[in-house]
Formats: sequence, structure tokens, C-alpha cells
Amino acid sequence: MSNRAALERLRTPVGFSRAAGLGLRLVVAAILILFSVFPILWMLSASLNPTGSLATQSLIPANPSLANYETLLTSGEFPFWMWFGNSLKVSITTSVLSLSITTIAAYAFSRFRFRGRQTMLRGILLLQVFPALLALVAVFLMISQIGEVIPFLDLDTHGGLILVYLGGAMGINIWLMKGYLDTVPREIDESAKVEGASDWQIFTQLVLPLLRPILIVIAIINYIGTYGEFVLARVLLRSNETYTLMVGLQIFAGAQFQQRWGVFAAGALLGALPIMILYLALQDQIVGGLTQGAVKG
Amino acid sequence: MADTVTAKPGGSTRATSTTLSSRLATWAVVALIDVAVVWFVSRLLPLGFLPLAGVVVAVALFVNVVLLLQKAYPIRWMVVGLVLMTMFTLYPIVFTVWVAFTNYGEAHLITKQQAINQILQVTYLPETGRSYTWTAFQSPDGDYALWVIDTDGQGFLAVPGQALSQPQPGEAGLGPLDAKGIPQTIEGYARLNVFQAATDQNLTRILFGAAGQTIQVRSPQEAAELLPRYLYDPGQDAMIDQETGTAYVNLRGTFTSSTGQELRPGFIEAIQFANFREFFTSPALRGPLVSILVWNFGFALFSLVLNFSLGLAIAVLFNDPRFPFKKLIRSLLILPYTVPALITILIWRGMLNPELGVIDRVLESLFGWAPPWFTDPTWAKVAILLVNLWLSYPYFMLICSGALQSIPDELFAAAQVDGASPWQQFWQITLPLLLVAVGPLLIASFTFNFNNFNLIYLFNAGGPPMAGTPTPAGHTDILISYVYNLAFSGSRGVNYGFAAAITIIIFFIVGTITLFQFRLTRTWEAVSENV
Repeated sequence: MSNRAALERLRTPVGFSRAAGLGLRLVVAAILILFSVFPILWMLSASLNPTGSLATQSLIPANPSLANYETLLTSGEFPFWMWFGNSLKVSITTSVLSLSITTIAAYAFSRFRFRGRQTMLRGILLLQVFPALLALVAVFLMISQIGEVIPFLDLDTHGGLILVYLGGAMGINIWLMKGYLDTVPREIDESAKVEGASDWQIFTQLVLPLLRPILIVIAIINYIGTYGEFVLARVLLRSNETYTLMVGLQIFAGAQFQQRWGVFAAGALLGALPIMILYLALQDQIVGGLTQGAVKG
Repeated sequence: MADTVTAKPGGSTRATSTTLSSRLATWAVVALIDVAVVWFVSRLLPLGFLPLAGVVVAVALFVNVVLLLQKAYPIRWMVVGLVLMTMFTLYPIVFTVWVAFTNYGEAHLITKQQAINQILQVTYLPETGRSYTWTAFQSPDGDYALWVIDTDGQGFLAVPGQALSQPQPGEAGLGPLDAKGIPQTIEGYARLNVFQAATDQNLTRILFGAAGQTIQVRSPQEAAELLPRYLYDPGQDAMIDQETGTAYVNLRGTFTSSTGQELRPGFIEAIQFANFREFFTSPALRGPLVSILVWNFGFALFSLVLNFSLGLAIAVLFNDPRFPFKKLIRSLLILPYTVPALITILIWRGMLNPELGVIDRVLESLFGWAPPWFTDPTWAKVAILLVNLWLSYPYFMLICSGALQSIPDELFAAAQVDGASPWQQFWQITLPLLLVAVGPLLIASFTFNFNNFNLIYLFNAGGPPMAGTPTPAGHTDILISYVYNLAFSGSRGVNYGFAAAITIIIFFIVGTITLFQFRLTRTWEAVSENV
């Protein structure tokens, strides 16, 4: 603990008592918390302000009410449940499928030695840094053409969107997963192999259970990433019934941002809530995953 | 997946013991996939989706090889991911690269053959051309026939695709002629009255008579022998105007005459490095591009420094297990990170709204002045850095506090013995070791921000706009959002080709940094092992 002591001294100028240092830090903490919480509080206050426009909002609404939430959940103006359901469906499916693809592939990268292994790993990472924005044109054409033959993968279907999302499954997460797999001792595999187990048996019965922590982290990171994605979804989805929540929010914000501010804030807050809860509940695991190399994107 | 062949020695003995049943299963899977692919491709081809069909066939061949070749065993584990990656990541990238070397964009959206076909449709009335009066007949199937009478009073029957004929009443189903010399009936056709004929939309589009010498309806009174105005000369790669003799030579995808006149439509054509040359040399673009590039690097760098500094400061400040409410404070501080970025960016847009937003109203009431966050170039940049700081500092706080835990205590003990001040300890022990741990993440964060399209696009779409630029550009545009305007904004001069070229330039910048990161990661790993 001596580095704590050292750091303590670093932060506590000579002559200050420890209590004063602590007090100072609490003040700093308060300011920082204000900075980080203020926009969220403001969003909350906007959602409770019954007049609902940006101009009339004050931090503590004059006569708070749940009117905006009522509009949100019951009127057809902002079909929150439908969009939220679409978001859940798309992001959970994508997350689970992408996790399976990544894990199986990462196992091969970690355990087998074959020609071109390093090159492939690097190639996969380099592909991810290609700015995909313009590739949207090609993706759009492909999905519309595939959709001519296979209707459930057409434009404006969740199938098509998920398919495109899965195209990026072999991304950065494969490095994260491979890194974790490399730390699982190979002796486990070797001994099972002597007993006559096949690679698939070793993978599913021995290695997979050991991976549970990182599986959860990657699934959550995937889920959050897909839930918040809107560029691809905006291009591929084109009707009110298929919009994900993020696309819906963006379109709603574009159309009537200032007048329907309260409804927007209520929708944004309800939409953000599941992710916030997930993050806060699993923050230790996610931090572990982040420090191993995933960047929020 | 029961057949087990690893590339390692010792695995090979088991390869021979592959059971017959598992081999049969593999064959069945391959056959099933191939049947599905053949069906899919056979549906794609009649629709004319050749590039997609090509990709699907290539991918299917790859899958066959991987599943059937024992040597490719490790690839089987990743074949699903690779197939999806090839189709939805790799192929669109190849497409982008191809587009970068073409003039694809506004006025250049179709293939050369399509453009030539459209231009060949244009007709003119040659001086020697003959004109006729006409009467239209229509069959129940919607086919048309014309009875035309030339200036000498000779009557002819004109049907699409056949040379003019001069049948007498009684021949070819012709009824008796009326006073004007027009047959009252033609078998299989009904005569249209003048009003019906004049309002029929189809009539003017139909070419009657044999190809090359066709008659077209030009007005209710007149049908004339029109000739194609332009003919394509493959030798010169030019369209020749038959009326004036002018040659319109193919110039970068547009048939252009020597005096600069252009024929529409243009077409997609390979223009080699012209897009890239334009990026580096065009004087009209230099102004906006230089300022966009400078801001792009500045934004990524400033964001990194600001966000990392704040994150690090917080991590150091609260890196103390005895600190009260540590867990609660941390949870509150990472809140910004937990809200989807789209939502927070839109919320900030509302809060910074110059007339209605809370921040400006408060500043206004306190100081009588508030920054014009959206209209002033400098303040817009400050606003973007501020929003990005709010979005990202929790991430740096998290990774820094993680890394701080991993610095061995003995180092600080030793430094204290040597009499190093806390300040010295921070700069000479904490920071260098921390950078070793989080360095690669910092580079990743730089490249992420370098292409942070979402932030710029959602917050102010690159605004405020620059004045007098040849294509739309704003003061807070970074390259990727500028590219978006070029390719999709649809207002002025959509230019996919140029946008794709810039995308590739961005890729080279970011790719170089990423390769550098690989090297550095390895070097840093080596360093941290030595410590």
C-alpha cells in the first residue's frame, strides 16, 4: 500500500492536514459529479415538464407531471414500445450470433497453428479501420438485390439489418477473445486430447465454461454497440414499423426537436435506462473487458 | 466437426481415423450449401445482379474448398464469420476502392452502353426527310398501325418493325378508302378518331417502319421520317452529330464537342488517379480541405489530450481505497458513458441551443452574453470538444484507474527512499508506466475520434457552413463528415468517386497509425515485461 501513501502525498501539499485534503477532493468530486450528472438530470426535468417545449424548460419544472410519458407510451405519435421492441430484437439477435461466430473463430486462432494466421488476424483488424461510411452504397445495393430473391433479408427488414451487422462480427472482439483464450492454459486441451476428446468436445465442454466472464462482457459490449447504432439502421430501415429506437429518436429529433422536447426527453431517458442499468450493474466486468482493448464505438 | 486434424504434429495420426460417417456428413453439408447457392445465383442472374452473383459464387467456392480440404481444417472454425465479413465488409470496401478510380456521381450514374443507347434515341428531321399526314389505328392488344399520306397524296401502311407498304383496298385486311384516301377499316385494328389520337401518350414514342428509316408522330398534323441524330463511332470513341457533323468525343465519361458542348447523360468511366490528383492539387478545394484536415487532426488530438487528462486526473485523485463513497462516486462519474451516444449528443444539442438552451439562458442572465455555439466557427469547435469530453472522460477514468492498480507499490517505496517528491513520482513513475499500459488504447481512441462521424453529424452536421466552397463544407467538418456530404447530401454536386477517393486517403492515415500501434504494442509489451 505504499504507493497509495505516495500518491496520497502527491495530492496533499505539505502542510495540509489529511482531512483538508479529503475535503478538497470531495469538493472536486462534487463539481465533477455535477458536470457528469447535469445533462441527465436536465433530461429528466425536461421529461417531467408538462408544457414540453425546449423554451419553457427550467431545471425544476413548475408543476411536474408524467404527461410526456403518457403521450409517449399511449399515443401513436411516438411508438415507443414498438421501436424499443425492434431494438431489443435486433441487438439481442446480433449480439448472440456475433458472439458465437467470434468465440469459435477466436478459439481456432488461439489454439491452431496454420499458415497465414498472423496475416489474417492483422487483416481483420485493418479492415475494421476502413471508414465504412461510403461502403454504405454497396451494402445498400447488395441488400436490395438479395431482398429481390430472399424477401426476409430485404431492405426494411430486421433480417437484412442483422445480416449486415454480422458482417462486422469478426472485428475487434476477436482480438479481445483471442487474448483471453491465450490465457487459458493449453495443458487443459492437451490432457483432454490424450484422453481422446475431439477439438469440438474440448472447446464446448472444457474451454467454453472457463470463458463465461469474457463471454458476458463481449455480449454486453456487442449489445450496447448494436443498440446505439443508427447509421446503417437509418439507411436500411425505411418504415415506422421497422425503425429501431435510435433511428426513431433521431428522426423524431430532426422533425420536431424544439416543440416536442419533453416527449423526446422521456423517450430518450426510457431508451437509455436499460443500458445504464446494465452498465452500472456490470461495471466491474465491463471495465475489465475495456482495459483489454475494446473501444466504445 | 468430429473429424479432427490439427496442424500440430501428432494430430495427423488421427486424421486417418476420420470416420466414414463424419465424412458423409461433411459431404451432405457441402451438397446442401451448393444446392442453395445454385438456386440463389440462378435467381440473381435473370435480374442482372452480376457483381453480387460473382461474389456469392466466389464465396461458395471458398466454402467448398474449406469444408472439403483437410488442410483447411482450422479455417472451418471461422468460415461463417469469414463469409459474412467478405460479403458485407470486404466486398463493399472493394466497391469503394473501385469507385474511387471512377467519376461515379451526379451526371455519371449509368454505364457507357446505357448512355449510348439513350443518346441513340434522339432523332432529327433531315432536310431530305419526308413528312406525312397520319391516321392512327389500334389493335385490341394495344399494337398500333399508321396510315400515312405523303405530300404527293400517296398512302402507305406503317407498322413498327416493317418497311412501309402500299396495299390496295382488299389487300392486307384493308377496307375501302374514304374521301381523304384513308382506309375506313383495317382488319384487326380500330381506327382512332382525331381526338383519341392526339391525346394518346404512346403514339409519339413509337417508331413505325423498318429500323434506320422510321416514321414518328411529331404533331397531330405531321408524322415524319426521323433519323437518329447521333451515331456512335467506336474508332474515335465519339458520338457524331448527323445533322451538323460535329464529333462529341468521350472526355472523362461525357461526350464533349471541341467547343465544350456536352451530351447528356454522362456515364461511369475509369478516370485513374484523377480524383486523387484533384484532392491534392485542386485550387478550389484547397481552402476547405486544408482547414478540414487541420481541424480533423486538431480535433482528434485535442480530444485525446483533454479526455485523457481529465480521466487520469480523476483516477489519480480517487485512487484511494479509503475514500468515502468511492463506489457511488465512480458510478455517478461513469454515467455519461452509459447513455447511448446518440441520445447524449442530441441532449447536448438541446442544452447548447443558442436561444432556448439552458446553458445559454443561464450565461445570458449571469453575464448578459453567451457563446454562439452553432454559428461561430471557433465556439462550434469548443462545443464539440466539450461534448466529446463529457462523452469520453469516463472511459479514460476507467482504464486509468485499472492501470494504476497494476503499478507495483515497491517502485513508489523506492522513490520515496531516494527522496523523490510526489510531483517527480507522478511524472517519472506513474505517467510513464501508465502510458505503457494504456498507450495502445490511446492510439485506438485517436483513430476512433479521427473518424468520429456520429458526433459531428448529430451535433451540428459540420456547421456553420463555409462560404464559397465548391462542394458543401462546414467549419467543424472532419474528413469523414465532409465525405458524407459529398456522397449523400444530394444538394450540390454529389460525387461518389471523389468521396471514395477521400475515404481511401483516410484509410491510409488511420491504417498507418494502426500499424504503428501494432509495432508499439509489441515494443511496449516488451518494456513492461522488463519492468
